[in-house]
Amino acid sequence: MAGANNHDYHILPPSIWPLVGSFAALTMFGGLVMWFANAPYGSLVGGAGLIAVLFTFYSWWIDVVNEAHAGDHTPVVQLHLRYGMILFIASEVMFFVGWFWAWFDYSLFPQPLVFADGEITNMFGQEGADLLAQWPPQGMEVLDAMKLPLLNTLILLCSGTTVTWAHHSLINGNRDGLKKGLWLTIALGVLFTALQAVEYIEAPFTMAGSNYGSAFFMATGFHGFHVLVGTIFLIVCQFRVYKGHFTPQQHFGFEAAAWYWHFVDVVWLFLFATIYVWGGWGAPTH
Amino acid sequence: MTTIAANPADHHAHDADHKPAFFARWFMSTNHKDIGTLYLIFAIFAGIIGGAISGMMRVELAEPGVQYLGQWASWLSGSEATWDEALHMWNVLITAHGLIMVFFMVMPAIIGGFGNWFVPLMIGAPDMAFPRMNNVSYWLTVVAFIMLLGSTFVPGGTGLGAGTGWTVYAPLSTSGSVGPAVDMAIFSLHLAGAASILGAVNFITTIFNMRAPGMTLHKMPLFVWSVLVTAFLLLLALPVLAAAITMLLTDRNFGTGFFDAAQGGDPILYQHLFWFFGHPEVYIMILPGFGIISQIVSTFSRKPVFGYLGMAYAMVAIGVVGFVVWAHHMFTIGMTANVKIYFTAATMVIAVPTGIKIFSWIATMWGGSISFKTPMLWAMGFIFMFTVGGVTGVVLANGGLDDAYHDTYYVVAHFHYVLSLGAVFSLFAGFYYWFGKMSGRMLNEFLGQLHFWIFFIGVNVLFFPMHFLGNNGMPRRIPDYNSAYAYWNEIASYGYAIMAVGVLIFFINIAWAFIAGRKAEDNYWGEGATTLEWTLSSPPPFHQFETLPEIK
Repeated sequence: MAGANNHDYHILPPSIWPLVGSFAALTMFGGLVMWFANAPYGSLVGGAGLIAVLFTFYSWWIDVVNEAHAGDHTPVVQLHLRYGMILFIASEVMFFVGWFWAWFDYSLFPQPLVFADGEITNMFGQEGADLLAQWPPQGMEVLDAMKLPLLNTLILLCSGTTVTWAHHSLINGNRDGLKKGLWLTIALGVLFTALQAVEYIEAPFTMAGSNYGSAFFMATGFHGFHVLVGTIFLIVCQFRVYKGHFTPQQHFGFEAAAWYWHFVDVVWLFLFATIYVWGGWGAPTH
Repeated sequence: MTTIAANPADHHAHDADHKPAFFARWFMSTNHKDIGTLYLIFAIFAGIIGGAISGMMRVELAEPGVQYLGQWASWLSGSEATWDEALHMWNVLITAHGLIMVFFMVMPAIIGGFGNWFVPLMIGAPDMAFPRMNNVSYWLTVVAFIMLLGSTFVPGGTGLGAGTGWTVYAPLSTSGSVGPAVDMAIFSLHLAGAASILGAVNFITTIFNMRAPGMTLHKMPLFVWSVLVTAFLLLLALPVLAAAITMLLTDRNFGTGFFDAAQGGDPILYQHLFWFFGHPEVYIMILPGFGIISQIVSTFSRKPVFGYLGMAYAMVAIGVVGFVVWAHHMFTIGMTANVKIYFTAATMVIAVPTGIKIFSWIATMWGGSISFKTPMLWAMGFIFMFTVGGVTGVVLANGGLDDAYHDTYYVVAHFHYVLSLGAVFSLFAGFYYWFGKMSGRMLNEFLGQLHFWIFFIGVNVLFFPMHFLGNNGMPRRIPDYNSAYAYWNEIASYGYAIMAVGVLIFFINIAWAFIAGRKAEDNYWGEGATTLEWTLSSPPPFHQFETLPEIK
């Protein structure tokens, strides 16, 4: 259909992926509901849906990459992609606002909570309860912010510089620096996830049983999930580097991955400052 | 506003009219007009279901006592319903009505339908910025609806279906509703929310990046402005809802204690998170309606909109202030007087830009050469009825008064005046305004005006008595009531029947248009209609503006 156009916009042919992806998402969530309800084959249905969702992502983005190679990504279309990515990240920021909101609700307006044996008791309305209102809750052992969390902060900050190294190498046509910078970033991302896993295993509380654990694990957990997605994004970019997809002039896929990576980096800084350091201040550490 | 110099070469460009085959065209679409049509058909379908549910509610409420709920619950479950199951049926009905009308009727119609159809046309763009992502927004809405309908047939605690109210408050939605129905309703919201966020990204990118040469932001038609502001509200509000309902999900299934006071959690936190989304959401539903009304009032007064820039920035102001007033939905949670004062004052501030809009519409009509065609009737009905809803909104904004009005029928009357008589009037106005452009066939003017008057009378008979019921203290969300409330409830149910006749005429009119409607000209409203869509054929070519128009 192109050819008659006197504009630089990207008019697309029909695509099956939106339809497939939507019904894949329906299958995935349907399976999850079945799994929650202990229905037979829940995990099977959910797993099949997940695979179909991932397959849709893969196929869809293969199409996008091929269109880029076919020259469909004119300067104005590249600008579209930039806007799209920035707006997507803005919506992600608001998603994390929700989790931080929970954390600040609990920590700024503490309840008279007593923590023992992995469970919290709310002493509201009982004698002397007013004296118990503090955050973290009485008896709660928290993770020492100055140990693994600090190390993880340094790892992520460091990865922010290595991804910039890769980007500048790419702009200057230095493929060797690009590969090295990207490999280092990926390695630091994997290291962060591994250390986070260690921390989760060692944590003296779980996501169930206390609002502290719930807010801690869901906020840091969703961040961890985003690190995982960001790492996969960077690995895809590295794969595309070896395939020679990026040029110093046109490499938005890489830039989007870098933006995303900086976004998870900044979220971590807020998590570190407000949950690990400020939110655990004064409590005994594990 | 804008004056247009259309490119004659683009007009009736038949080689641009090559359409894909049926399945590819409607199931794999990357065309903003086809996707807009799909959205409109979907919204009409969902509206019929949501409207039928409100019919069931009006039948039950027509007289005191519980008459039909047990029977309906028995039909649903296939076995004799207990008393509790009968009452649960009521909760399922109000929940389904609210969720369907908000997420699957108004939003798909006004943003997905009219937004998709007319934002690219009005800014002189060949399509949306992300045509393929546009389609995933549509299909995610469809599967979200399937998920919600499916929830009706699985256990939700006391009976079948999710009976949490559209607000899904904890702890009713957590420990109070055991069973997969509420999980399904939550996932339905996740899917619909993802669809809307992707749509918002698409609209913002399209409007910022694809305006035709010379179409500066300050020359954009007000409908495009309204969709731009709406898209920002969607983008920033929906993720917070996603976080909130994810907390519900983990509280329900993984033992977290976000909203469980025994674990130190806070049920009020859910209300804050929900209404931080929920208040922008009500502007998401009405702002595109404001945009439609501006186009129509200007067209049929044959004048540019009065105070164009003021109109545009009033919507921006409503959008911005709309983010900092959410707790006026929660005045009775036990907040301190200072918090109440703040939220009362901030809420009243919104009356200022809203007043700017109302008075500017009136000033647009003032001295204009007005023709009272069907869309104009709906637009004027909108201005009148929305003002009534706005005035009761100012009443409810008072924290002190709301202590008495909270959860009464006064609130139900208020939000139906801004939604059923506001957003829905703007939907009908837009439908009558653009139907010829979209389909190429004209609706019947007489049937359109008949539809308007019957619907107008019906909804006022239906909703105005609810003010009296609320003033007398009738609580909302309850299927039975004191016989003192019987009179106005009976009147309201008659109002529903009148309104339903109006809707029937609407469908007859659509059928008439396709069977006997005359062919629509390019600009069938004449010199008052000045935006770019009127420079194209009716319906426009499959791909319009292959040579971009120049705006002077």
